[in-house]
Amino acid sequence: MAGKGILIEGLSKRYGSGDTAVDALKKVDMQVAPGEVVGLIGPSGSGKTTLLKALGAVIEPTSGRMTLGGEVIYDGGWLIKDLRALRRDKIGFVFQAPYLIPFLNVTDNVALLPMLAGIPNAEARQRAAELFQALDVAHRAKAMPSQLSGGEQQRVAIARGLVNRPPVILADEPTAPLDSERALAVIRILNDMARKLETAVIVVTHDEKIIPTFKRIYHIRDGVTYEEAGEGVLA
Amino acid sequence: MISLAGRDIMHSWGKFVFTGMGLGLLIGVTLSMAGIYRGMVDDAKVLLDNSGADLWVVQRNTLGPYAESSSIYDDAWRGIRGMPGVARVANITYLTMQVRRGERDVRAMVTGIMPGRPGTPGWPPYLVAGRQITRGHYEAVADIASGFKLGERIRVRRNHYTVVGLTRRMVSSNGDPMVFIPLKDAQEAQFLKDNDAIRQQRRRTAENPAFNRPGVPGLLEAVIASQSTNPYVNAVLVQIEPGHRPERIAESIRRWKRLTVYTREQMEEILVGKLIATSARQIGMFLVILSIVSAAIVAFIIYTLTLGKIREIAVLKLIGTRNRTIAAMITQQAIALGAIGFVVGKISATLLMAPIFPKYVLLEPMDSVKGFAAVVVICVLSSIIAIRAALKVDPAEAIGG
Ligand SMILES: Nc1ncnc2c1ncn2[C@@H]1O[C@H](COP(=O)(O)OP(=O)(O)O)[C@@H](O)[C@H]1O
Ligand SMILES: [Mg+2]
Repeated sequence: MAGKGILIEGLSKRYGSGDTAVDALKKVDMQVAPGEVVGLIGPSGSGKTTLLKALGAVIEPTSGRMTLGGEVIYDGGWLIKDLRALRRDKIGFVFQAPYLIPFLNVTDNVALLPMLAGIPNAEARQRAAELFQALDVAHRAKAMPSQLSGGEQQRVAIARGLVNRPPVILADEPTAPLDSERALAVIRILNDMARKLETAVIVVTHDEKIIPTFKRIYHIRDGVTYEEAGEGVLA
Repeated sequence: MISLAGRDIMHSWGKFVFTGMGLGLLIGVTLSMAGIYRGMVDDAKVLLDNSGADLWVVQRNTLGPYAESSSIYDDAWRGIRGMPGVARVANITYLTMQVRRGERDVRAMVTGIMPGRPGTPGWPPYLVAGRQITRGHYEAVADIASGFKLGERIRVRRNHYTVVGLTRRMVSSNGDPMVFIPLKDAQEAQFLKDNDAIRQQRRRTAENPAFNRPGVPGLLEAVIASQSTNPYVNAVLVQIEPGHRPERIAESIRRWKRLTVYTREQMEEILVGKLIATSARQIGMFLVILSIVSAAIVAFIIYTLTLGKIREIAVLKLIGTRNRTIAAMITQQAIALGAIGFVVGKISATLLMAPIFPKYVLLEPMDSVKGFAAVVVICVLSSIIAIRAALKVDPAEAIGG
């Protein structure tokens, strides 16, 4: 499942039509290799969220081409019928807020995704347990989300993004609620996991603490992307 | 796969249990209402069963003796007794009135029964205590629902009676306990005037020159005597011999005696279809209103619970949960709420409400099954609004702005 990364070519998105139309994305070109973590940085209203939503198959772009995990999913129109299954199997989401399901314990918050994909409960929980080991939350596996600290919740959310081993992870401000030590830890985890699982990761951020960690950065301004080399230092 | 509905319920069980209890009391009232209706029908049937009659002979063109007043001459039974196929015949009177015990009045259906042996139509078929009436006057057999005790003295109109026997489940179609007294006493009670009225009537009669003729001795006495006797009863109960068709005998009584005759089926139809029909409609209205209120409560609670989970639903959709799964989660919660409500309702109806209702409440298992089915249907329907709200949630909302 993993591998082949993300390829975005000439993607555009227009909200509305006529006088009130907003061109949120004008010409987006991006490429993320398997195992790579890139930063996506831009001022407010520049189109970052719109790009994540288009990649996450929850809004339809206006034109262009998107390839995920080696499969062209959009080319002027969706080439995939079941976008729900696409999201479930190919894309991991990590949000600014962890958005865990409050009535499921930590394990089942994560195991729910493989379960939705038809994987037996025991195996799904086993997968979650392995990730918890790597993310250092194994001791909270049976806790309810409300009993966790912010950092623990965010690590559980990352486990949820990773658990179906998607070729793509989309993270929107994943470190915003964390202090710099925890923020760097999260980025380190994302890098480790990306390498291990050959996942292509896009991290939307304007968190100064983590910007130096990216080897490559995409800047977005008024719906147009520019590539730039980053410092790539992971302390 | 895990049960999302189940986990959510376990997580916020307090909300479900408390709402379920409120709903349960409503359902309990609903079940009791249905039980009251069943009880009334059952009371009517028991009343007919206990009368021991196959045919009811009543005043022409009336629905007597239970649904309308009826009076026929108290010697009509003699002619019926001789008809072919007739086994036993007895006069009967029914009068719902206040029966006094000490300082308190009890509303009862005073029933006048002919002297005879046990098994005489109209007699209570069995007693739970004491004995049947053996004397011609001033003895009574009362239903225990009246609260009367063996040996107690009760007052019907001007006369006192001793309670010699007790029955169970002998009530009128209104649920009033029956009090059996000798027919003669009952006839007197039904038409008896108080002393003043009697004195007045005597005086008037005596003052009427048509009756008080010095030339005709004994006329005034005869007139006064005829005024104070009461040769009427409300109905004649007829038992027929085995092997005879009730309808055939009813037909010949109708033809020869020019009276109205009802068979058991017709009598049941009058009691259930006419006498308690208004109550049944009233109860039916209550059932409809209670169902609507229950539906509104379930719909409101489920809708509120769902609105409180909009963000979780957006996340569930984003990570690939099918609409069907989300709809099922909401419906299951609604059904769970209904099930909690039903259990609470059934228990409260059986243990709390039925015993304290003054009327007989008959909780039929089939009614409970139907009630449960109705609760499930109502819950499923009331979850529709919540489901529509949930399906409208955009998974993009989980990503935010
Ligand atoms: N649903 C929408 N309808 C219309 N315009 C929108 C919608 N969502 C975003 N926009 C507009 O598109 C532009 C890009 O928005 P967004 O992608 O949210 O930017 P960012 O996440 O970088 O702040 C903004 O001008 C915003 O107002
Ligand atoms: Mg944004």
